[in-house]
Amino acid sequence: MVPIKPRISVEYVDKATIVTFTDEKILEEKDLQALQESIMSVIESAAGGINMILDFQNVQFLSSAVLGLLIRISKKVYEQDGQLKLCGIAPKIYRIFKITRLTKIFDIYQDVKSAVESLAAAD
Amino acid sequence: MVLRTPITRSIAVESTPSAINEVCRGILPSLEANNFSKEDIFAVHLALEEAFVNAIKHGNKMKPGKEVKVDYSVSSDKVEISITDQGKGFDPEDIPDPRLGENLYKNEGRGLLLMQSYMDVVEFNKSGNCVRMVRYKEKPRLVNPHKLENA
Repeated sequence: MVPIKPRISVEYVDKATIVTFTDEKILEEKDLQALQESIMSVIESAAGGINMILDFQNVQFLSSAVLGLLIRISKKVYEQDGQLKLCGIAPKIYRIFKITRLTKIFDIYQDVKSAVESLAAAD
Repeated sequence: MVLRTPITRSIAVESTPSAINEVCRGILPSLEANNFSKEDIFAVHLALEEAFVNAIKHGNKMKPGKEVKVDYSVSSDKVEISITDQGKGFDPEDIPDPRLGENLYKNEGRGLLLMQSYMDVVEFNKSGNCVRMVRYKEKPRLVNPHKLENA
């Protein structure tokens, strides 16, 4: 049997759906495809607008292809009147967001706790 | 065994995303062996990934029969990498700035910006199918002309 490596874990806290990337490196095309399918199905399975938090605490390396995936995810979330927050981004990964100016379009928080609190405060 | 400086090598790999692993296995351990910092290794790894994806995707149009040639040299003070695809090339000036306006919301187009941000030299040949990238371990110091005058 071929082991299926988990790409994400999903947890529900209050009204938030917390999706944690489990891989340290997100690189290969097939990894991205698997991630996209998993996350899109989480968004689609939510009734009404999803409050999604993407947790990067395990991620130590990513390429611009992942940034493209995040854009696609955000479009899908906003299409359904949901909210998207990113958190747990390591400084060296955050620099990639800064360089590409994606810090302007994503809501980024220090950790899951502060991201969850921001959703509660918005209610 | 990973050899310490200087090394110069050339490899050709097929145009599949997983072929980057072979390229990384060739270059990144040599950086470690030459005491490049973790920051240097992260930067070179990222630039390498971006340049390779551009070569197979935009250059060789994901045709596995087409090759990507990677020439690299690692010395105690710098790493130099050239990546050549078999495509018709492109003009880097034609690539829109992904940080501006609507481009910010596009799914693609950030690879070149990251290469330029993380490497000290990024230059293309005339036809645009070969990129040469250099990262120095220690950045060349700019000489302050006033200091020279006063010396």
